[in-house]
Amino acid sequence: MPAPDDVMLALASVGRTFVDGTAAVRDLNLRVHRGEFVSVVGPSGCGKSTLLRLVSGLEPATAGTVDVAPCRLGYVFQDPTLLPWRTVTRNVELLAELEGIPRDERRRRVAQVLDLVGLTGFGRARPAALSGGMRMRASLARSLVLEPELFLLDEPFGALDELTRERLNDEMVALFTDSAFTALFVTHSVAEAVFLSSRVVVLSPRPGHVVGEVTVPFPYPRPGHLRFTPEFGRLASRVSDLLRDADGGNADWTVSA
Amino acid sequence: MSLAVLRTRWLPPAVALAVFLGLWYLVSDVVLDADRRFLLPPPDAVVEVAFLDPVNRAPLLRGLALSATVALVGFLVAAVLGIAIGTAMSQARWVERSLYPYAVFLQCVPILALVPVIGFWFDFGLTSRVIVTVLIALFPVISGTLFGLQSADRGQHDLLSLHRASRVTRLLKLQFPSALPALLTGLQVAATLAVVGAVVGDLFFKQGTPGIGVLIDMYRARLQTEQLLGAALLACLLGVAAFSLLGLLIRATTGGWHGATADHRPR
Repeated sequence: MPAPDDVMLALASVGRTFVDGTAAVRDLNLRVHRGEFVSVVGPSGCGKSTLLRLVSGLEPATAGTVDVAPCRLGYVFQDPTLLPWRTVTRNVELLAELEGIPRDERRRRVAQVLDLVGLTGFGRARPAALSGGMRMRASLARSLVLEPELFLLDEPFGALDELTRERLNDEMVALFTDSAFTALFVTHSVAEAVFLSSRVVVLSPRPGHVVGEVTVPFPYPRPGHLRFTPEFGRLASRVSDLLRDADGGNADWTVSA
Repeated sequence: MSLAVLRTRWLPPAVALAVFLGLWYLVSDVVLDADRRFLLPPPDAVVEVAFLDPVNRAPLLRGLALSATVALVGFLVAAVLGIAIGTAMSQARWVERSLYPYAVFLQCVPILALVPVIGFWFDFGLTSRVIVTVLIALFPVISGTLFGLQSADRGQHDLLSLHRASRVTRLLKLQFPSALPALLTGLQVAATLAVVGAVVGDLFFKQGTPGIGVLIDMYRARLQTEQLLGAALLACLLGVAAFSLLGLLIRATTGGWHGATADHRPR
């Protein structure tokens, strides 16, 4: 079933059961339109990462249908997954290399995206020489080289300290504002989800399905101080409430987590 | 080289060597009576008789050359064979399942006990010596290669899967580079084992053109202790040289990104 023009991805009654019988997601329905920034939040182990793997085709659904509009896909993992023997430049050009883009064009794009993520001057460094935040920037740059139309991000900033995380969130908003991609962003952090997204989707505990969603009406670009406005707080607490209900009132979800 | 490096890096082993030589002299010149000195002649006598006398030096150097050749050829064959087998195992589970138990078996077999058999089949020349060396040095290369090729993490594999990388691309761009540290460590172990195989194998063969091992056995039988110690020293140096050469290779290839010695500064 071909998706309508403005629908980037449509999941209908999707289930994913592993060979050992555990179900990661069950009866999951989700539609993402072109130009949306959708965050997915949910309790640990609720199948958020599985959702991205299903969308990317890394794993097949065992029930329902996954329709993704034909487009260039970007995928950023929880870990930067850089190759330690390659310099930053060589890491960032890896995917372009796999796609057979000629060397000159690759190098031109690499310079461009390194500038975009603030890593100009670090092209010749090896990953081990970089801080956690810089490694994640390099990982983002690696995906941006292919100018993705659908960007899948799996808790990319989860391992970073609060300050670095906020800076990268600001830069993510700037990137999203300037480049015309659609994003599906998995996170643990309610604040991050609300700040980045045009829509926040809340999943239930495993097996995950959508239990609610919150539309975030702030226009892009979004200034950092938006986080401290009462409206932001209201939206964040609505997401928090949904999470708490989904988790049966057990989890200790805080807005700043 | 600064004075500090000289003092911290080179002084301790130099002192240890001086103490060792002092003890040696003590045993040779003080502990042993003159008529029992042949059990442990002093270091200068070893150097003088074994290395400075051309008549004794010539067979030693020929033996060293032969054993070094056996070790080198055996090592190279073991390297090529081991990397090929390890790679084949990494590519298909059934290859690993069918071959790995026998690789382990090979490692457990006392190869030297097979020397008479191998000599019986392949004669007592260079070929047999190389075969023994290969059998002794092979396992660490196989296990280093296999372990190394499986060491890339899932995320890195996923990344390549997303871009439909072929098997060969995956091997060349991800698996071989990430295998290098384990592979090279395996090769380093194999290099020292190749020297052991060449020298000790030679000792067990007892026939054919004499390498270091045959010479050691001969000098022992003739109570030529200076030459015996000289030959043993050369065998040790050959092993150290093999280990050090591989060490240099490791530093040159992975020193920039792997391990505690990695230089992480941007160049």
